[in-house]
Amino acid sequence: MEWMYLVPALPFLGALLLILFSGKTGKAGVIAIGCGSIGIAALITIIAGWQFLQSGIPAYDQHLWEWLRVGDFSIGMNLRLDALSLAFTFVITFVGCLIHIYSTGYMADDPDFARFFACMNLFVGSMLMLVLADNLLLMYLGWEGVGLCSYLLIGFWYKDPENGAAARKAFIVTRVGDTAMAIALFLLVQHTGTLQLSVVLERVQTLWTSGDETVVWIAFLLLGGAVGKSAQLPLQTWLPDAMAGPTPVSALIHAATMVTAGVYLIARTNIIFNLAPAAQAAVAITGAVTLLLAGCSAWVQTDIKRVLAYSTISQIGYMFLALGVGAWSAAVFHFITHAFFKALLFLGAGAVIHALHHEQDMFRMGGLRKSLPGVFLVFLIGSLSLAAIPFISSGWYSKDQIIWLAGVTERGSSWYAWAAVLGAFITAAYTTRMMVLVFFGREQTHVHHKPGPEMMIPLYILAICSTLAGFLELPHTLGHFTWLSDFLAPVLPAPAVLHADVAAEWGLQAITAGLAALAIYLTWRLINAPFPKKAGAFLRSGWGFDAAYDVLFVQPFVRVARLNRKDIVDKIYTGLAAITRTFHRMMSSTQSGILRWYVLGVVMGAVLILSVIIWRHSL
Amino acid sequence: MILLAFILFPLIGAFLAWASAAVHASLPRWVALLVMLAGLILAAGIWIQPEPASIAGADWRYVYHQPWMPRFGISLSLAMDGLSLLMIVLTFFLGALAVLVSWDEIQDRTGFYFFNLLFVLGGIAGVFLVMDLFLFYFFWEVMLIPMYFLIGIWGHGHRLYAALKFFLFTQAGGLLMLLSILGLYFVHGASTGVYTFSYAELLQTPMAQSTGRWLMLGFMAAFLVKLPAFPFHTWLPDAHTEAPTAGSVILAGLLLKTGAYGILRFVLPLFPEASHAFGEWFMLMGAIGILYGGQLAYAQTDFKRLVAYTSVSHMGFVLVGAFAFNELAYQGVVMQMITHGISTGALFMIAGVLYERLHTRELEKMGGLWAALPGLGTITMVFVMASLGLPGLGNFIAEFLILAGSWQAYPWIAVLAAIGLVVATVYSLRIMQKVFFGISLKEFKLKDMSLREAVMLLPLVIVIIWLGLFPQRVIDTAAKGAPSVAFQNKDK
Repeated sequence: MEWMYLVPALPFLGALLLILFSGKTGKAGVIAIGCGSIGIAALITIIAGWQFLQSGIPAYDQHLWEWLRVGDFSIGMNLRLDALSLAFTFVITFVGCLIHIYSTGYMADDPDFARFFACMNLFVGSMLMLVLADNLLLMYLGWEGVGLCSYLLIGFWYKDPENGAAARKAFIVTRVGDTAMAIALFLLVQHTGTLQLSVVLERVQTLWTSGDETVVWIAFLLLGGAVGKSAQLPLQTWLPDAMAGPTPVSALIHAATMVTAGVYLIARTNIIFNLAPAAQAAVAITGAVTLLLAGCSAWVQTDIKRVLAYSTISQIGYMFLALGVGAWSAAVFHFITHAFFKALLFLGAGAVIHALHHEQDMFRMGGLRKSLPGVFLVFLIGSLSLAAIPFISSGWYSKDQIIWLAGVTERGSSWYAWAAVLGAFITAAYTTRMMVLVFFGREQTHVHHKPGPEMMIPLYILAICSTLAGFLELPHTLGHFTWLSDFLAPVLPAPAVLHADVAAEWGLQAITAGLAALAIYLTWRLINAPFPKKAGAFLRSGWGFDAAYDVLFVQPFVRVARLNRKDIVDKIYTGLAAITRTFHRMMSSTQSGILRWYVLGVVMGAVLILSVIIWRHSL
Repeated sequence: MILLAFILFPLIGAFLAWASAAVHASLPRWVALLVMLAGLILAAGIWIQPEPASIAGADWRYVYHQPWMPRFGISLSLAMDGLSLLMIVLTFFLGALAVLVSWDEIQDRTGFYFFNLLFVLGGIAGVFLVMDLFLFYFFWEVMLIPMYFLIGIWGHGHRLYAALKFFLFTQAGGLLMLLSILGLYFVHGASTGVYTFSYAELLQTPMAQSTGRWLMLGFMAAFLVKLPAFPFHTWLPDAHTEAPTAGSVILAGLLLKTGAYGILRFVLPLFPEASHAFGEWFMLMGAIGILYGGQLAYAQTDFKRLVAYTSVSHMGFVLVGAFAFNELAYQGVVMQMITHGISTGALFMIAGVLYERLHTRELEKMGGLWAALPGLGTITMVFVMASLGLPGLGNFIAEFLILAGSWQAYPWIAVLAAIGLVVATVYSLRIMQKVFFGISLKEFKLKDMSLREAVMLLPLVIVIIWLGLFPQRVIDTAAKGAPSVAFQNKDK
């Protein structure tokens, strides 16, 4: 565990080396540095995790150096390994390593190979800082760092201005959330005098009682940060556009890890949310609404990556719903399974896109199960998980837990549960639609070249994980195995279940499974059924959020900027100068050199003065 | 004595440089570089040394006192505490880089050019060190005139207009400050019988509330113009845009800091009552400056003009923090003074490097330069990120501390200022997009950074990252020079 600092340090070092020696190391060197650093970090994580499990301590702290101390306010460069950060660290390094290996194949022909790996390494390092930080300021460093890397990688193919626009949108929209989070930090500094998480979480419990105004504000502002990063309503608009980046980026950043940072933040500060019932309810409602809206949008997309993007938003909605009802560990469970199956789906989609020479339109695919059998197999496994097919897919175990807990916990409600069930129906529908369009039917585009082993092996490993990860937790109906939530218990309290009824749980599971089956059947039958055009376009555009924000924020800002390019304030000063100049011109025109004008002036002046004197005397 | 060296080095060096031009046209730059490096080594040496015991009960590290015109209470009084030490280090660091920047750019009348450059720097060093208000005004003016020549002679297209505007604005502010200095002198004399310009003695001037407020506004006039604060900022975009690169670097990196320094050193300690009374309004002014400057920065199409407006935005943070009256915000202000000097100086240098290659500052004529200039692009990315306040870089520490501190004073102003972070993202990313990303309009065949350019930009990169990860050294130094009034929490 003493080597823990190497876990984030190695990716950073790799990034630094890749930047400094960009293009001078050759491709093999880039691969060695890029994949090697992440691989070693993953190994250290596994060893440290093993030691951590053996030791039985609740948390292991590592002090690196004092970052900042002003008066009594002090922030250290401190890392903290506990159950929650270990779970995230493991997923980040492990999935990150697989995606790095995959990328060596996917990006092989790219001239900016080194830059790609530099950014990816920087991302992994920042993400690890985010989850390992023992204080909120260091977490904020990671938080913004991953935002930067997301920006750099979405705009990786910088020649297309659209990619640049998507990249900037991602950065700016998430920055809105980040600013809310920053204000939450200011509030915490003001009231608790520190940002060290363990101390903050201790002090908030003594400072406030449940529902106090300040703590509700803090929780809402933290939620603002979380919805930005995790692409939840109302800041979800950046994620579909973020698909402009290379597909491995979408898999790692915009599916498996970074977008779940909001989930991490809320889980980490669960004590604050617990004190703020209003904010926690807002988390649940955000999750429930987002999962439905995004699911509908996923249903009508034509671009395979955009389906997956909306699907990611929707699945994170499930995690938020879990957080909102106090099922903290269920959210982390779904994060883990989602990381595996969504990375798998994205990388599988990447293999398809790669094979079809960067074709992303699903309507130009089709029949690929024959030409790409390996990809078909792993994609099917991922899809089963996404659609939550009972028993055999990991996604079912985690989603089922959320659906059930959404209804039965103290802060839950049957509304949440039904929203989640309906979401499951939509998920199964759009997943099936995607499978059918891509892998069944008539072949439309010829396979260009098949993915090599460096791409297929990570896919197989992820496929295995996508299946096995579900067995970390089993529901009441199947023996009630709770390894993960037990492991997380020191950090994440167990949900307050009001009425655990096994029969009701069976019923809910049956309904969900039935609806999923119905969704698959209907989609299969109605795949070519026409869809109302206007509604389709509305859903496809993500419920018109982009248009609304454009009118409300972007246009006014740009218009004012354009109108005021020359700085209206300057007019005051140039106006002053103009007035002076006018007087100058008026005065100087009297100095004409013509004698009779001067005489006239003297006479007029004399008359004026005399008349004033006479007038004053006559009063 | 050592303090006198910081002022005399550049001033004497200035004449040497001018004279050496007679021998060879390239000699002045070597003279200037040597002078600046000598000063830098001296300043860094003081900084590295363990802190000496404080002098005279205050936090002074060095004090130099020499009566000059005792009849009028004027003395050659210099002193250095943590704050002035940091400013002196920054002055010589950026000064040395400004010489390097001018290396090839200036071919015309090099002797007189480096004379002016060194003279400005000497004036700035004087402003940061003198503790006599008469001399302070003197050095305030010394900074002004050589800068006027730098812009007016070696500038770009509208250089005369810009130089005159710069001169008139700062001179108008400066004259109001002179009135206030004289007012303070006579008020102090009338109430205590001692007529003096000495900073230390004037600190305890008893005065009526309204007198104090009027005098304070006189000082603020000079400092707000220099900072520059909205709505007195309009000289800055013109001056920055038309100045030669080194001029812009010194303007942004150092001259603006004299305004901030003036507030911290003179306004807050001399007029605590008035500062508290007007504090909220100045903070609001700063917050408006942050947003207005950011919006204007987004609107610009000229690279240097854009960066100039980002200065307006960033210096708004200084104004917000300075009047928040707590240690967090104070430390943030000092940090912002340094990091803004580094990051904006770097952006102006980058603008200069690009200008030397493309002969334009128009963003619309750039684009897609990454392919040709990946090295410069990477460095620009660092400073663009610094400008939007990315954690890990020094500017973040500054802005975080300022906002966290001002939140405790006036939350709503802090919220307004924090919205500036979003605006900063918008305009900063636009720089990268317009210059380095997108499609290049023509096939640029450009050379990436030369050795000289790397030597002047890489230290800035290292410093900005160092300040972001290890800011404690600066914070500790600045703590030993805080105008004590800034620590007194508002008693409301």
